[in-house]
Amino acid sequence: MQVSVYLDHAATTPMLPEAVAVLTEHLVRTGNPSSLHAAGRAARRTVEEGRERLAAALGARPSEVVVTGGGTEADNLAVKGLFWGRRTHDPSRRRILVSAVEHHAVLDPAFWMAEHAGAEIVLLPVDADGVLDLDALRAELDEHAEQVALISVMWANNEVGALQPLHDVVSLARRHGIPVHADAVQAVGQVPVDFAASGLDALTVSGHKVGGPGGVGALLARRGLELTPVLHGGGQERGVRSGTLDAPAIASFAVAVDSAVAAREATAQRLTELRDALVAGVRAAVPGAVLRGPEDAARRLPANAHFTFPGCEGDSLLYLLDSAGVACSTGSACQAGVPRPSHVLLAMGVDEDDARGALRFSLGHTSRRADVDALLTALPGVVDRARAAGLAGRSDRADRGHRQPSGAR
Amino acid sequence: MRVLAALSGGVDSAVAAARAVDAGHDVVAVHMALSRTRDQFRTGSRGCCSIEDAGDARRAADVLGIPYYVWDLSERFEDTVVADFLSEYAAGRTPNPCVRCNEHIKFEALLDKALALGFDAVCTGHYASVVTRPDGTRELHRSRDAAKDQSYVLAVMGPDRLARAMFPLGEVTSKDEVRAEAAARGLSVSAKPDSYDICFVADGDTQGFLRDRLGSQPGDIVDADGTVLGAHDGAYAYTVGQRKGLAIGRPAPDGRPRYVLAVEPVNRRVVVGPVEALEVAGIAGEQAVWFTEPGPGWFGCAVQVRAHGVPVAARARVLDGGAVEVDVTVDGPQRSLHGVAPGQSLVLYDGTRVLGQATVASTTPAVRTSAVPVPAVTVPEAPTPDAATTPAHRA
Repeated sequence: MQVSVYLDHAATTPMLPEAVAVLTEHLVRTGNPSSLHAAGRAARRTVEEGRERLAAALGARPSEVVVTGGGTEADNLAVKGLFWGRRTHDPSRRRILVSAVEHHAVLDPAFWMAEHAGAEIVLLPVDADGVLDLDALRAELDEHAEQVALISVMWANNEVGALQPLHDVVSLARRHGIPVHADAVQAVGQVPVDFAASGLDALTVSGHKVGGPGGVGALLARRGLELTPVLHGGGQERGVRSGTLDAPAIASFAVAVDSAVAAREATAQRLTELRDALVAGVRAAVPGAVLRGPEDAARRLPANAHFTFPGCEGDSLLYLLDSAGVACSTGSACQAGVPRPSHVLLAMGVDEDDARGALRFSLGHTSRRADVDALLTALPGVVDRARAAGLAGRSDRADRGHRQPSGAR
Repeated sequence: MRVLAALSGGVDSAVAAARAVDAGHDVVAVHMALSRTRDQFRTGSRGCCSIEDAGDARRAADVLGIPYYVWDLSERFEDTVVADFLSEYAAGRTPNPCVRCNEHIKFEALLDKALALGFDAVCTGHYASVVTRPDGTRELHRSRDAAKDQSYVLAVMGPDRLARAMFPLGEVTSKDEVRAEAAARGLSVSAKPDSYDICFVADGDTQGFLRDRLGSQPGDIVDADGTVLGAHDGAYAYTVGQRKGLAIGRPAPDGRPRYVLAVEPVNRRVVVGPVEALEVAGIAGEQAVWFTEPGPGWFGCAVQVRAHGVPVAARARVLDGGAVEVDVTVDGPQRSLHGVAPGQSLVLYDGTRVLGQATVASTTPAVRTSAVPVPAVTVPEAPTPDAATTPAHRA
C-alpha cells in the first residue's frame, strides 16, 4: 500500500549490480592474501587488481592505496597517523586544523587527540553556505604555520553539499610544507576526484557510499607521507594498517568506484536536473522552506538538497515522511539516535531553533522523477503537522522562566 | 488506533507495546532521551537512561516489527523534573520526581507531541487499570497486582490525559507474568532487572546530587525548643520523618531516637524530636487534580502519601483555589500517618479507584479527640476493566 521512496543515498546507496556480482563471485573462494600457497596467491591477486583499479579510477598510484575497514577508519588513520608522524620529527607541531563542518569521523579523532595526545584543535570557520573561510586559514597559517601538524578539510560536506576550496587550501598549505587530508566519501562519483591532480597528501574514500559493500574503504596516502599506524598486527598494507585483507570486499569496492567514476558525468548531469526539480518543488510546496548550502549548482554536490523548515523539528518531519514511505535524513549526527542540532548548520550561523528543523534529501543512481514527485506530494501535509507538533512542544517553554532551580549549576 | 508506545528499554514497556500491537493498533515506539550526558552502560539500579537502554528499546521494537524513534526530551526534563526536584528540596520540601515526570514529560510533552503528530494514544508499561463506566467516563484504578501498583504516580495526569493513555499491564497478575510473556515473545529484556532509583541521580546518591547542584548551606539541627543539638551542611539533605544520618552527638534525655520533624531552609534549621511528634491528624493539600470533582462537604476515602505507602482511612473535602483538606483521624489514632512532608503527593482513593491527587502543603499534628461523623463511602457497581484492546478514549 505504501510507496517506498529512498532519498538518503548520502547515508548509503544501493549496491551496483556489478559490485554485487564481483562480491558474490569472490565470497565462495578461499585464501588469505597474505598466505604463500596457491589459494593465498589467488586472493592476493584479487586484492592487488582491486587496488590497481581503485588507484586508476582515483588518479592515484597503487602503492598509495591503504585499504581500511571503511571511511571512518581511514579518517582516523589520517588524523592520528599524520599527527603522530609529524610530531615524531617536530614535537612543536601540535595544531590540527579542521573545518568546523567536518564529519564526526574527522572531528572526533581530532578532539580525541586533543584530550589524549596533546593536540590543539583549530576549528576553521565557514561562511553561511558552509564553505571554508580561506582568509581564516590564511591568518592561522601566517601566525602559527610552524606549529601546525596537519590540515583536514572535506572535499564536499555531507549535510549541505558544499564543495570546499581544496585547491586553495592545498596551495596555502604547500608554502609551509603542511600535509592536507580530505574526506572525499561524498564526492567520489559525484564530482571529479583526482588524487594526483588535487595535490592532497591523503584522501578518504568509502565503499558503501558509491555502490560498493559496507565495511571497506581506503585512505589514499601520498608516497613518502609519514603515517603512524593506528592498527597494529600482521603488518599488512606496508605496516600502516594491519588486519587480514578482505579480498571479496576490496574487489567489489574497486568495481563500484570504477563504475561510479566512469558514469560520473552522466549521473551528475541527470541528478543535478532531478535535484533542481526537487529544490524548486519543495520551495513551491512549502514557501517557508530555506535551502541550506550553496545556491549555485557548481559549488554544491549534484545529488544533495538540504532544507530547514521553520517551526518544525527534524525528527517529527523524519517520522512523518517515514510513515508516508519517504526515507530521508535530518543530516545531523546522532548519539544513539538522539537528534541534536547539526554542528554544520550551527557553524554556518543558523540559529539553534532553525537548525532543529533540518532535512537532507540525497539522490543516487536509483533515483527517479517519481521519487521526487512522491516527496512533493507528501511534504506539505507533513510540514503542517510537524509545525503543529513543534508548536505543541513550544507552548510549554513559556513557563520555563519560573522554574529555574535555586541552586548553582 | 494510532498508538505511540513509550519504550524505556525495560521489560514492562516492551510487553505493553507488544500487547498494543496484538490488539491490532498501529504502534510506533518512541524512546525518550531524558539526559544530555548519557552513560554508555547501565549502572546500579538505573534502568532507562543509558545508551544501552536505548539499544534495548530499539531491539524490542525490532522484535515487535514496529518503527522506533528517539525523541530528545532532555531539555524539558531538566527544566521541569530536575529543576522542580532541586527547587523543592531547596525549599525544604520533599518532591516525587516520578510524579513530576508523568505530569510534565510522559503525559504532557510526549503526549502533546504525539497528538499533534496524529497519534490517538500513548501506551506505557505502568501498572494501573483504566476502567470505562457505562456512560463512557474513564476511571483510573489500582492495578490488579497491588504490589506493583503505580496509580499513585499516575494520578496527577487527570481525566483529559487519562483519556489518551493506555496501560496494557493493568490486569497482569504479577511481574513474573510479564517476564514470562517477554521471554515467550523473544524479547531480550525479559530478565532485565527492575529499576527503582531516581533515574537522573547517578549511583543513587541523592544527598550527593543535591550537594553538587545546590552547594553547601550549613546550619543548625535544633529540637522543638530551639536548642541547638548539632550542625548540618544543607537543610535540603533532610526529609521529614528521617531518622538516620542526623549525626547528633548528644542522646535525647529520655534516650529515645530523634526524627526530623521539620526542615526550615529560610533560617537553615532542621528541627528534630520524638517519633510521636511525626503523627499527623490532618493534611492540607494544594494544586488538586480530580478525576471527578467531589461535591461540597466531607467525603470518605483512603489517602496514600508515598508510592508504595499503605492507604489510610480518611475523609476529605474540597476547598477553594484547588485546595483540599484531609482528616486522617477517622479510624482513630492507631491508623494515622507518620512523617508526612510538604511536597509529597497525596492521592485519594475510593476502593481501587483514584479520586484525585494533590501536593502536601502542610500537616497538622495528631489530634486524638476527633469524633466527626463520616459519611458512608458509596461503593460503585462493579465496573468492567479495560483490556489493552479497548480504545484509550471514546470520542
